[in-house]
Amino acid sequence: MSLFVRLRPVAFIAVLLVTWQVAVYRHPGQLLPGPVGVLRGIGDLLQHGLLLKYVVASLFRVTWGFLLAAAIAIPLGLTIGWYRRAEMAFNPLVQVFRPISPLAWIPIAILWFGVGDLAAIFLIFAGCFFPLLLTASSAVHNIPTVYVHVGRNFGLSTSDFVYRVLYPAVVPQLITGLRITLGIAWLVVVAAEMISVNSGLGFLIIDARNAGNRYDLVIAGMVIVGTIGLLLDLGMRSLERVKSFRWGYSGN
Amino acid sequence: MSTEAVMTPPILDVKLRMEHVGMVFGGDRKGVSVLEDINLDVCDGEFICLVGPSGCGKSTLLNVMGGFLSPTNGSVSIDGQIVHGPDPRRILVFQERAVFPWLTVEGNIGFGLSKMSRAQRDERIAHYVQMMRLQGFEQTYPSDLSGGMKQRLQVARALAVNPDILYLDEPFGALDSITRLIMRGELLRIWQVERRTIIFVTHDIDEAVQLADRVVVLSSRPAKIQDMLTIDVPRPRNISSPRYLELRDELLKKIRRAYTV
Repeated sequence: MSLFVRLRPVAFIAVLLVTWQVAVYRHPGQLLPGPVGVLRGIGDLLQHGLLLKYVVASLFRVTWGFLLAAAIAIPLGLTIGWYRRAEMAFNPLVQVFRPISPLAWIPIAILWFGVGDLAAIFLIFAGCFFPLLLTASSAVHNIPTVYVHVGRNFGLSTSDFVYRVLYPAVVPQLITGLRITLGIAWLVVVAAEMISVNSGLGFLIIDARNAGNRYDLVIAGMVIVGTIGLLLDLGMRSLERVKSFRWGYSGN
Repeated sequence: MSTEAVMTPPILDVKLRMEHVGMVFGGDRKGVSVLEDINLDVCDGEFICLVGPSGCGKSTLLNVMGGFLSPTNGSVSIDGQIVHGPDPRRILVFQERAVFPWLTVEGNIGFGLSKMSRAQRDERIAHYVQMMRLQGFEQTYPSDLSGGMKQRLQVARALAVNPDILYLDEPFGALDSITRLIMRGELLRIWQVERRTIIFVTHDIDEAVQLADRVVVLSSRPAKIQDMLTIDVPRPRNISSPRYLELRDELLKKIRRAYTV
């Protein structure tokens, strides 16, 4: 790709930012702060040490909620996917729970865990659990029978079979599922923090509005949420390029 | 005793014996009968080709022999012992997509060798890389190999565990005709070097006549053994010799009959 093509998105964003600033400048009012104001807001947050603190708080909750969900949902999903009977038992339950928005769990979360980290972590867990469960069980379904046959033919023990055939066969799909679910976790944390805790990026956004109509800080919070979400996704995407996983994405 | 040993004609050992093998899918009442009363003795080191109409149950028969399916009737025994499940001493080579895409060429060949010492395994892998002409691709993943190379890799993975029987289920069916021709030659070369019992399913008449000691013709479903043809042309086979063409013609006739039965 030529440099010009590479710079195209950057140039486009720059144009949008300039348009935004010009619009705000020509129609001064309360509708929206301009990009310069937002940048100043980010500067304020940095100065008070709040930015890093809130980012760390949000990432902390996402990490725990996401990892807990993965640690329970993936082994469970793999097991359910492998045993058809378990799947028949679990499936109706999963199908009922799955469409419930993680936000619907907020009252329960506060009832069980009070206002604090645990409630937020629980909400993220609830948001990640079912997507990961379904990813894992469908990944097992999609293992070509021939791999299972080959594993049996070479006389693998059960543990060897899991480690040397089942696991490598599902990893690419699991990574895709984890990537999408991490995105969900990052969506949920913002909402959870608006209600159940007093720190984090979600809290920043709602507090900036409630405490003083600081819409520059609201937008600043949104920009930071978006940027970190993008970085998380890029991090997960880089896993898809690992050589022994790559086969799962090229159609071969 | 020694005179007796000299006197007796060489009786080949029966390696695999199928007795009244039958297979019905889907229960007793509405079941579909796929195999019916198959009786076959395969000698040690023999190269058998199974041919028959498509969908007749050739692959099912191979899966029964390999222990992946238990027959609903009769039994399969190898060296006098009834087959109850798959066994690393008998490896099935599938039509395609059976090499593990998450392992390199080396990793695939070494798949069944995890109980060996590192040095032994490396030596075995190197041997079959050489034999299957995969040199220079040791660290390559299957997605970067051609179809023919993937099948050679699958055969290498199978041979590496030193099986005494190799079941091949239309292993070259998905390859282009030139690659198939080369692969047949390679398979024969290996079979002559490392004498193993081979049971090879194909729907290609030329393939059967070029490769087999004996061709078994199956009828359409439910598959029965319709006919048998011994290919008494010495190897390397001249595919334009009169005897070859005669046998080829005869096989064609037998298969035609299998289609109409």
